[in-house]
Amino acid sequence: MSGILLMVRRSLRHHLLARTVTSLSTALGSGLFLAVFSLSAQSKQAFEGVPSGFNAVLGARGSELQLVLNTVFHLETSPGNIPWSLYEEIKGNRLVELAIPYAVGDNYHGYRIVGTTPDYFDKVEYREGEKFKVRGRFFDPLRRQAVVGSYVAQQMGLKLGQIINPYHGLTFDPSAIHADEFHVVGILEPTNSPADRVIWIPLEGVFRMSGHVLADGSKPKMSEAIPDEYKAISAVMLKLRRGGGMQLSQNINRRGNVATLAWPINRVMLDFFKKLGWMNDVLRVVAYLVVVVAGAGILASIYNTIQERRREFAILRALGARRATVFTAIVSESAVIAGLGAVLGYVVYGAVLFGAASIIRTQTGVVIDLGRWHDTLWQTPLGMIGIGALAGVLPAYKAYSTDVASNLIPAS
Amino acid sequence: MRALEIAGLEKSYLTPDGEKHTVVRVPEFALDAGAHIALQGSSGSGKTTFLHLIAGILAADNGRIRIAGEEITGLSEAERDRARAQHIGYVFQTFNLLQGYTALENVTLAMRFGAGVDRAKAESLLERVGLGDRMAYRPRQLSVGQQQRVAVARALANGPQLVLADEPTGNLDRTHAFEAVDLIREVCRENEAALLLVSHDAAILDRFEDRRAFTDVNQTGDGQQSGMAGAGA
Repeated sequence: MSGILLMVRRSLRHHLLARTVTSLSTALGSGLFLAVFSLSAQSKQAFEGVPSGFNAVLGARGSELQLVLNTVFHLETSPGNIPWSLYEEIKGNRLVELAIPYAVGDNYHGYRIVGTTPDYFDKVEYREGEKFKVRGRFFDPLRRQAVVGSYVAQQMGLKLGQIINPYHGLTFDPSAIHADEFHVVGILEPTNSPADRVIWIPLEGVFRMSGHVLADGSKPKMSEAIPDEYKAISAVMLKLRRGGGMQLSQNINRRGNVATLAWPINRVMLDFFKKLGWMNDVLRVVAYLVVVVAGAGILASIYNTIQERRREFAILRALGARRATVFTAIVSESAVIAGLGAVLGYVVYGAVLFGAASIIRTQTGVVIDLGRWHDTLWQTPLGMIGIGALAGVLPAYKAYSTDVASNLIPAS
Repeated sequence: MRALEIAGLEKSYLTPDGEKHTVVRVPEFALDAGAHIALQGSSGSGKTTFLHLIAGILAADNGRIRIAGEEITGLSEAERDRARAQHIGYVFQTFNLLQGYTALENVTLAMRFGAGVDRAKAESLLERVGLGDRMAYRPRQLSVGQQQRVAVARALANGPQLVLADEPTGNLDRTHAFEAVDLIREVCRENEAALLLVSHDAAILDRFEDRRAFTDVNQTGDGQQSGMAGAGA
C-alpha cells in the first residue's frame, strides 16, 4: 500500500500543473454541486421557518402567497385593504391569541414603512422567547415617531433623533415625498429576520399621512379621532391558539369575498417552493452535469499521460510490481485528484453560499445559516472521490495492459 | 544449491508472415549459488529475451526455469512478479531508473515489492556504491556512472539470489565500464548473489573467469539475429 501511495505522490508531483488544473476544475464542480443542493435546501428551510412571531395572516381577498410575502417578508404589494371592523372582530375571536394590524403604502428610499400598534413590540416574540429590543425607545402611538429596523438604519445611516419624510408608494420616487416628518426614536437590535428591513410607525401616522384618504374617501381631520368605520388596514398579523387555525380558516376563507386567511404561514411557503420545484430540478440536472464534466476532466488528464508513462510502468513491473498494483495506483491517483478537488470544493461552496446568502439577506431579510450541516456536505465529497476512481479505471486499464518487455527500452 | 537451473527452454514468436520463429532454445543451463558467468552475444541474438524469460517478465513456451529452487515456469503472471521481486535483481543497459524518484526512493520502491522497506539497508547499499552523499538526488541530477551505481544498488535491494545484468556497461566509456562491472561483481559477492551478465563487449567478458558464447547456450541454429523486435537484444 505504501508503494502505491509513493507512486501516487510522485506522479502528482511530476504532473503538478495538469493535476492542479484538474483538481481546481473538480473543486468548481464539487463546490457548485454542494451549493445548488445546499442552497436549495437551506433557503427552503429558511423561508418556511422565517421568524415573525405569527402563524397566520388575515388580509384582503386574494392570494395567500401574496399576503404572506407582503406581511411577513415585506415584499410584494398588498392585495388590498380590509375594514377596521374585521380587525376588531378577529382580535376578539377566542381562537386568536394575538392580532396586530399592519398598514403599508409608503417607503423611505425603497425601504418599506409599516404602520402598526405598540403591541407589535410589547407582545410579539419574533422568535420563541425573544422580543424586539430597541436602542432608544418604541414609538408613542399618537405621535409622529419611527422605529427603524437595524438593516435600514445601517444602510441609510439613520440615527436616533433624525427626522425622516416618507415617500408615497412602495417603490422609491423622489417626487412622491410626503410633507409629514417622523422622528426616529428607536433603532431595533438586529433580529436576523425581515423585520430588520422595515421602518415602523404608529398606525395613526399612516391614516393621517398627507395625501392619504380614509375608507370613505375623506381626509382625516387633525384634531378629531378617526371613526373606526373609516379606517382600513392592509392586513392583520395573527398568532392563533393551538387547534384554531383550521376552524378559523374555514370560517374566513369560505365567507365570500370578504377576506383571506393565510394559515399556516409555513404551509403557504411550502406550496410556493413546490411550485418552484421544476426550477430546482433544472438546477440539479445542471449540477449533475457539472460533476460529470469534472469526472471527464480527470479521465482526460490521467489518460493523456499514460502513454508517456508506459516505460515507468514497465520498470515498476520489472521491479516486481503486479499489474494490479499499477492499476490500483492509477485509480488511486484519480481518486486523490477528485478528493483534493472535493476538499477545495468546500472553499468554492463557502464562497457561493456566502454570496448567495448575502444577496438573499439584502433582498428579503431572510438569513441563511451558513454553518448548518446537512448530509450533502459529506455525501458530495465521497461521491466525487467515487467518480474520480471510476474515471481512473480506463487509464488504469491501459496502464494495466502495458507490455513490460517492449517498454523497458527507452522510446527514441 | 543452484541459483538458476534451466532445462528445455524455448520461446518463439510469430513473424508478420505468420511463421513461427524461435528466439530462445536453451536445452540446459545452470548457475551455482554465488557463481558469476558472463555470456557474450551480439545484438539481436536473443540475450535480452533469455534474461526476460529467467526474470519471468516473459512466459516460456516450453521448458523449466528454477530460481533458487523455485520453479517459475508454471507460475501465474502475478506469482512470477512476486518471485522476481524476491529472488532476482535486474541491471539494465539503460539503467531504467524511475525519473521522478530520488536515488534512495528508487532503491526503497524495489523493496516495497519484495522483502519490504529497509531504509537502513537501502542507505547502506547506496553508500557501498559510493553514493552516500547523493541519496536525495534524482536520476537527472546524477552522472551516467552514478545512475548505473543506483541501478546496481536497486538490483541488490531485496537480497536476491540471482542478479541479471543486461549490457550493464553499454552506456559507459571503457574506464567506467570496467569500474562498473567490478563493482557489480564485488557487490554481488558481498551479498552472496549469483551473477549472470550478458554483453557484446569482449573486454568486459575478459574480466570474468567463467565466460561463454551465447550461441553455445542458445541453440536456435539460425545464427546471431534471433532476437525479437523491440526486445532490445
